[in-house]
Amino acid sequence: MSWFNDLANPTRFLNLSAKLLPWLWGAALIVLAVGFYMAFFIAPEDYQQGQTIRIMFIHVPFAWLAMATYALMAISSIGTLVWKHPLADVSAKAAAPLGAAFALICLLTGSFWGKPMWGTWWVWDARLTSMLVLFLMYLGLIALWNAVEDPIRAGKAAAVLTLVGSINLPIIKFSVDWWNTLHQPASVFRFDGPTIHVSMLTPLLLTAAGMTILFLALHMVAMRTEILRRRVRTLRLLEASRAVEA
Amino acid sequence: MQHFGFILASYVSTGLIIGAVALWLILDHKKQKGALKALEARGVRRRSQPVKDERANPTRASEQVPK
Repeated sequence: MSWFNDLANPTRFLNLSAKLLPWLWGAALIVLAVGFYMAFFIAPEDYQQGQTIRIMFIHVPFAWLAMATYALMAISSIGTLVWKHPLADVSAKAAAPLGAAFALICLLTGSFWGKPMWGTWWVWDARLTSMLVLFLMYLGLIALWNAVEDPIRAGKAAAVLTLVGSINLPIIKFSVDWWNTLHQPASVFRFDGPTIHVSMLTPLLLTAAGMTILFLALHMVAMRTEILRRRVRTLRLLEASRAVEA
Repeated sequence: MQHFGFILASYVSTGLIIGAVALWLILDHKKQKGALKALEARGVRRRSQPVKDERANPTRASEQVPK
């Protein structure tokens, strides 16, 4: 765990992330290029859904990422409240806009997929509504962080709200099992294994891996920016207090 | 290709959203970096920051995010 403690030092994190970022950008580019090549030129069209199955290769990874990002924020929130890790609430705050973007993409691409397949852009069923709730929770958390001046106080309040909101994650995951919905049940993460054919599963996992690496890179940039923002705030406060003293 | 418009709209909207987020992150990072440089140019520095000439940089601050 010493590496984890080392990362508690923002300067060390800045140095390490500066070295890692080019590799992450490069890896994301390569994995996404291979994944989308397979998605468009190797994966067959679906026997029922035809070419609209191509939407799956972005819709599903972003749905996973929207939930995974919130899970990361929940873990970071525990880090903020329990261990008071200095970078925990930096990580949570940096992840929120990314999670909101992923949830929005999931909702939009779901709509674009739903219209030709279901005959409707939107339906208030459990899966779609719980994903919309996730998107709104991201917006609420971003608003909370911006509403409180002191980042430490904002981080603690947001951490509590994030943990309360994490109840939505199992609801999203199991909504298709617990209620009748238009949305299809899980076809990849199942106890009895994936039901999707390997010719579609491989590009799906590749695009998901590429987007996950892209998320790690974007999250790292956002964390670096947040550390700088806090340094600027501290120095501005110091400068202002010295001006008052003088 | 059947339903081509829906597929295109999905990929274009995804590209636009990810592009907008990435652009905002890059611009925000540059803005904070610029603000930090401006403060340091005025002689306001963090306590732990190495200083070549102490007399030129009399003001230092500890960080809210500890070093």
